[in-house]
Amino acid sequence: MSTRRVVITGLGTVNPLGTSVDGFWKRAVDGSSGVDRITLFDTTEFSTKIAAEVTDWDPDQYMPRREARRLDRSAQFFVVATEQALDDADLSYEEDDPAALRAGVAVGSGIGGIITTQNEIGVLNDRGPDRVSPLAIAKIISNMSGGVASIRFHLFGPNTCAVTACAASANAIGDAAEIIRRGDADVMVAGGTEAGVVEFALAGFISARAVSARNDEPALASRPFDAGRDGFVMGEGAAALILEEREHAKARGARVYAEVTGYGMSADGYHITLPRPGGAGAARAMSNAMRNARLDAGDIDYINAHGTSTQANDATETAAIKTAFGDTAYRVPVSSTKSMTGHLLGGAGALESLVCVLAIRDGVIPPTINYDTPDPECDLDYVPNEAREVDVRTAMTNSFGFGGHNVALVFAAP
Amino acid sequence: MERTEIESKLVDLLVDELGLERDSITMAAAFEEDLDVDSLGVVELLMALEDNFDVKIPDEEAEALTTVGEAADLIAAKLG
Repeated sequence: MSTRRVVITGLGTVNPLGTSVDGFWKRAVDGSSGVDRITLFDTTEFSTKIAAEVTDWDPDQYMPRREARRLDRSAQFFVVATEQALDDADLSYEEDDPAALRAGVAVGSGIGGIITTQNEIGVLNDRGPDRVSPLAIAKIISNMSGGVASIRFHLFGPNTCAVTACAASANAIGDAAEIIRRGDADVMVAGGTEAGVVEFALAGFISARAVSARNDEPALASRPFDAGRDGFVMGEGAAALILEEREHAKARGARVYAEVTGYGMSADGYHITLPRPGGAGAARAMSNAMRNARLDAGDIDYINAHGTSTQANDATETAAIKTAFGDTAYRVPVSSTKSMTGHLLGGAGALESLVCVLAIRDGVIPPTINYDTPDPECDLDYVPNEAREVDVRTAMTNSFGFGGHNVALVFAAP
Repeated sequence: MERTEIESKLVDLLVDELGLERDSITMAAAFEEDLDVDSLGVVELLMALEDNFDVKIPDEEAEALTTVGEAADLIAAKLG
């Protein structure tokens, strides 16, 4: 039996740098920051007052109001990213289309509709149980973005959801590729979403000492690998990629951006929030992904790092790259686009996979912005502050989640 | 409250709370068949009616409502 290969034929995103792939990519290559003062709620009592928001989000532009109000912001983002990706891939399915039975969805989300969670718990406490919305549960559950995408776009194949915190959408993409490889689908919408810029989530991250408090210089706050980093910056948004079996894509003359060639996972098995010192777990995820892709470390042309801008992640990830890549670690360009987008949490792996795909397409690596002061513990080539033209044939992206979930994905030029 | 006022407030609720198109709403319109309001939508409407008209509507009374006009009748009766 011939091996089924998985390619990427469509892209879509809504994120702090733009509500289209082109708009996002231009700003990412330009090195723009999407971080600013929080507008979604009053931050008076919060020590952190900054985030990377999808500004001026108006779901009514994209869907009927009665549909939009039934979806949490996180699902709205994903539906719009999915629509863009399907359009980009020139795919659409009618209700009775047999091909729709072979098209599915894999979505990742860290925490689902947490804005709705907060609001409805407020209703419960203030007004009592009989005032909680009948839509509350449907809007909260993390898988609903995938459910809604299947309803709206007639995707009746496998439909699943990864909930591995900040690794969630990387898992979703890897899992979607496996679903196609084993023959259960020909097309998968794969991606992730998060809309966690809300009082409750920010308060939790502040208490965990995880987020930057550089409130007076929002655009400088997310500074992965820089010695002055003081935590991550919350972001929000979604990205969707169309994964398609290669012969299926060829047969319909689809444009192929890249191939999904490697998927590696591991668990730190160490601590609920902190990475294992030395990064052995993260390194194994990278090595597993390279083995899965049948590549050696020297074959990887670009690493899109998890690079959160926390003290712990960036030093540990650097050590992990050195472990996984050996002597070649110092030669491979590593950048963190979270320096610009903030941390999309469960949506991060999908957005950063999209970055890898566009880096392959255009031969350009977006920078790590705000890189001023080297940290002795972070001594790799982080593509500081300016994009770099590189013929990227293979790219890796890392995603690590609370709980010690490590995922690496490898993409290759078609 | 005048009947016309009840009707106009009811239409506003259907537009604001359920996101229905104003033009689609008549007193004769059936929630399920004409307005595509599903079971979750009926509960939302019920809660909106209770909150905005300050009335209590038991489930058995709510289940009997099929049209917008019947909802207006029920509110009118409750408000006496």
